[in-house]
Amino acid sequence: MIETIRAAFVIARRDFTAIIFSKSFFFFLLGPLFPLGIGIAAGGLGSQVSRDIDNPVIGVALSPAEADQLLDTRTRLNRSLGSRSLPDLVVLPDLGRDEAAIMAKLNSSKSLSAILSGTLASPVLTGSERDVNKWQGKLSLLAETALSQPARVTIDTRFVGQTGSSSERGQLLTAQGGQAILILLTMILAGMVLSNLVEEKTNKIIEILAAAIPMDSIFLGKLFAMLGMALVGIAVWTTTGLTVILLVGGDLNALPTPAVGWPLFGLLMIFYFSMAYLLLGSLFLGIGAMATTVREVQTLSMPVTMGQLLVFFLAYSSITKLGEPVEWFAVLFPFSSPFAMIARAAQMGNIWQHGLALVWQAIFTAIIIRFSVMLFRRNVMKSGPSAPKKGLLARVTGK
Amino acid sequence: MLAPDPEFAIEARNIVKRFDGQAAVDGIDLTIRKGSIFGILGPNGAGKTTTLRMLLGIIDPDEGERFLLGSPDPISKAHQVGYLPEERGLYQSMKAYDAIAFMGALRGLPLAEGRRRGRAMMEEHGLGAAIDKQIRQLSKGMAQTVQLLGTLVHDPDLIILDEPFSGLDALNQGKLERLIRAQADRGVTIIFSTHVIAHAERLCEEIAIIADGKIPFRGKVSDARDRLRPQVHLETRNLDGPWRAAIPLDCQPLGHNWHFTLPESGVEPLLHALVEGGAGIESLSIERPGLHDAFVQIAGEAVARKMEADTNNSEEDAA
Repeated sequence: MIETIRAAFVIARRDFTAIIFSKSFFFFLLGPLFPLGIGIAAGGLGSQVSRDIDNPVIGVALSPAEADQLLDTRTRLNRSLGSRSLPDLVVLPDLGRDEAAIMAKLNSSKSLSAILSGTLASPVLTGSERDVNKWQGKLSLLAETALSQPARVTIDTRFVGQTGSSSERGQLLTAQGGQAILILLTMILAGMVLSNLVEEKTNKIIEILAAAIPMDSIFLGKLFAMLGMALVGIAVWTTTGLTVILLVGGDLNALPTPAVGWPLFGLLMIFYFSMAYLLLGSLFLGIGAMATTVREVQTLSMPVTMGQLLVFFLAYSSITKLGEPVEWFAVLFPFSSPFAMIARAAQMGNIWQHGLALVWQAIFTAIIIRFSVMLFRRNVMKSGPSAPKKGLLARVTGK
Repeated sequence: MLAPDPEFAIEARNIVKRFDGQAAVDGIDLTIRKGSIFGILGPNGAGKTTTLRMLLGIIDPDEGERFLLGSPDPISKAHQVGYLPEERGLYQSMKAYDAIAFMGALRGLPLAEGRRRGRAMMEEHGLGAAIDKQIRQLSKGMAQTVQLLGTLVHDPDLIILDEPFSGLDALNQGKLERLIRAQADRGVTIIFSTHVIAHAERLCEEIAIIADGKIPFRGKVSDARDRLRPQVHLETRNLDGPWRAAIPLDCQPLGHNWHFTLPESGVEPLLHALVEGGAGIESLSIERPGLHDAFVQIAGEAVARKMEADTNNSEEDAA
């Protein structure tokens, strides 16, 4: 056992330094910037389009006095309801009930979605069925308020730290956030393990390694080197992210506190990421080890990603179902267990269950590594003139 | 399971390895004495590499048992073993001295000590200028030497070299032969496979000839040669006389030259008959058969021809 760990350390050290001191590692660290940048740009564009679609301009073709009254009311209600709640209004000449003039104005204007005409007491809204149905209720509220001029009431406010309801909602949010981060990181990083043995196989180094150390050490070393690299990446990204948040004046205390508290939650995030990485990584390493070329690894990437997504969906769907069978299944099924357990850490205070879960996940990782090594030794580490080239599926199944 | 004999570095008993039902190694018995240089001789595809891989524990035999330095689990003895595989491989981005240290570290040598030794060994073997170069920057011959040094860096008791001469030019083949002898002088057991008979003939005390997954001969090089009678090359002034009775009946002269296998009675009776019988000896040589002739006799003409073709191919590769 000691020799297995010593040899794994030799492999891990070689792989880790080879990755960390390579030029490509810099690009790996920059990696999250690209989806983040694209996300921000797409989000900005999306919200702009959404604003343009959802907040059209309504023409007010009332008498000047009533039009002013309506605009004042809108300004007043905006303070209470928020600026996005009511449509923008633009004052038009009073068109009375002249339908032809109203239609002409609507057809000639590209910015107007509908026109409010008539009087405040008896308004008429002309526009497409969709716009009329969407805005008539809010325009009625505006007209009613403008006509009745209700007295202004100011509510005296008092703040408490948390209520039972807000705490639960906050923890649910933390569970979702924690799980989403864990899923994202695992998805980005675990797949990289797939191609991890290709270099050794194409360079024929595997022969030297296999003659010198136990095969378990090779798998274990490779897995831990990649985990180390992933943790370095996460440390860099987290530090950068927190620095940016603090620099732009963000308040970290505003985040909803998880049930186990922030320090333990942070620690569990690291543990569960490591376990999720080792579980999926050992499986991917085992599958990837059967591949002989980079092309075969690329072919494997798609089904592997789909499999990951299924596991993630299972874990995600269980967040709001604490204690229900589906959540227990997600907790016990090894591949979804880390994700389901981090959601538990956000919502349940008891700590002992995490120790059990981590042991369970570690046992399963060891089983997968053993199984992968067995498949690798049986189906890949063999030579001889009579050993014909086998397909990938045949190598995986050993048939 | 019988206990291994401590006198032997390797013991294999009836080991079999099949790939898809076909035997690549078919019931091999092998014992290799500690401190000897042992050659495994055979053409490509004969089962040499598969045998070595089983002895090293890279793959397990389907049948039979093997002991490496007394252990049925060869990997557990890896710290005492150096192995140079047939298909050379190094991490291309590693520096040369680091590659040597890494190979040592795999077999238990502390990394710092491996680096120190790696630098010293490279200096000693005339590769001082390449110490800090990455493997990808080295020539093929240099990279092979680096890998060989990596095989030796941890001072192993047993060195297994699979086709160590393939891909090397004549100069480097000579260097490697000297290196093997130097290691053997230290008391290290050396086993190497080759399809070049000359290397085995020059270096080995004992050989095993392997063909079609079986070992038709295992023993001393001299024993292999002794399987064949010496060849007599004789030139006489006369073509007939009483001396003709000493020459095999089926032997016909080429001019005044006679070539035949030395009779069982030996050299002295032949010489006596030739002189007394008035042959008029112009020249006489008695040639002991080489290992090549012995190989042809043991493994068969077809296998020998395949070996020669392999040798030619590897010489072309080296060129």
